[in-house]
Amino acid sequence: MRTWARQHREAFARALRRLAAQRAATLLNALAIGVALALPAGGYALLSGLKAVAQRTSFEPQVSVFLKPGAVRAELEPRLRADERIAAWRFVSRDQALAELRGTEGLSDVIAALERNPLPDSFVLTARQRGAGELDALAASLRGLPGVAHVQVDSAWAARLAAIAYTARLALAALAIVLGAGLVAITFNTIRLQILTQREEIEVSQLLGATDAFVRRPFFYLGALQGLAGGLVALAILAAGLAVLNQGVREIAQAYGSSFRLAFLAPAESVLVVGTSAVLGWLGSLISVSRHLR
Amino acid sequence: MIGFSGVAKRYPGGQEALKDVTFSLQAGELAFVTGASGAGKSTLLKLIPAIERPSAGSVVVNGQNVGALKRAALPYLRRHLGLVFQDHKLLYDRSVYDNVMLPLSFGSLAPRDAARRVRAALDKVGLLGRERANPIQLSGGEQQRLAIARAVVNRPTVLIADEPTANLDEDSAAKILDILLSFNQVGVTLLVATHDQALVARHGRRVLRLEAGRLAAA
Repeated sequence: MRTWARQHREAFARALRRLAAQRAATLLNALAIGVALALPAGGYALLSGLKAVAQRTSFEPQVSVFLKPGAVRAELEPRLRADERIAAWRFVSRDQALAELRGTEGLSDVIAALERNPLPDSFVLTARQRGAGELDALAASLRGLPGVAHVQVDSAWAARLAAIAYTARLALAALAIVLGAGLVAITFNTIRLQILTQREEIEVSQLLGATDAFVRRPFFYLGALQGLAGGLVALAILAAGLAVLNQGVREIAQAYGSSFRLAFLAPAESVLVVGTSAVLGWLGSLISVSRHLR
Repeated sequence: MIGFSGVAKRYPGGQEALKDVTFSLQAGELAFVTGASGAGKSTLLKLIPAIERPSAGSVVVNGQNVGALKRAALPYLRRHLGLVFQDHKLLYDRSVYDNVMLPLSFGSLAPRDAARRVRAALDKVGLLGRERANPIQLSGGEQQRLAIARAVVNRPTVLIADEPTANLDEDSAAKILDILLSFNQVGVTLLVATHDQALVARHGRRVLRLEAGRLAAA
């Protein structure tokens, strides 16, 4: 066990020495891997930011129930209260609706020109379930209630948002897979060159009694370390990119009275990026070693 | 200790390097393998550590049929053999010390014991004090002595040397042979391939003479 640990320590140290001995190549490889990983990591950070915006702006799909003239509010309220699909509701009287409309920038003159209030009384509901299908079913049952003139549901908007988010997630996953394969290819090639460079040492070691595991071990560490370095570079690129992007985002957010910023990855997510990069580097070296060291 | 029985070796191109070779070597014995260039000396030596596998017959080393050994078992066989190659096979990007340390780095020896062994091996071949030198700074004879130090650092029971005196002047060649013989005197089985008949005659030991792949004298 002690021998095994010592040999691993020595293989790790040898891998570090090889990386240090070829500083320029190591840096360029780490940069290539870093750029490849920064793209999906950046996309993930942007999507997370958009999700946060959506949540903050309370984009919950709402259902508006407009009442017929003369309909009695009190007749509908018990039914809404009893419906478990409705999370919250509020009554908006026609006078209140007119007042809100009057306060909207650019509409005050139009409202002032009206001879009478054309708006109906209404209920604004927030549904418990946010899926397009559930919202449509709720709207259909509300339409059948007495005194209801019209029900407006924003399910199309919800469906569009869900579809966009789904497509973006898919695109991000595809990008991550393609660039992950690129990382494996970079490591494969680096290790192949290392094997060619050390062909003589490998041959002599095998002639003198080195096991395959002994010969291969430093290359595995080399691949994993290169991946690890690439992962760290990716985080640095991401941090720098977000810092630049946030200068523009800050101005836009301020125009909407918000202090929103695109956030950097959480510590666990950062560890995941670096860890995945190291594992992919190891995988690249495993394939290369299996192919070139038989 | 070493037994060849009806051994033949045919290379992929069809060239037959060894034909029906049979001999045995007892523990602690010394033998020279002689013959002209292309007679099969190097091939015979390569069969012992399973660098090459026999096409027919069996090669038994320390009771193991090495031709039948799986690849994973070869390192453990080779650690019990000391190999001196015609072209030294030294690593020129490492120091003298690190070259000798190489075979010990695969094993389970504690670092302090390994260091002691390296110094002892270098002392035995007269290279103590040159540990930090690069092999490229050594003469041809010194490089061969370094190769011997590396071969014996694992304290092998069998030492195999392929043309260890080739390209060396007479004095250097004599020194190399004296070093090899000193290991045989302490019980190491020694097999030396050489085409230098005068050298062989001077020592009057057992000779395995190869002619076109066949053993003409054993």
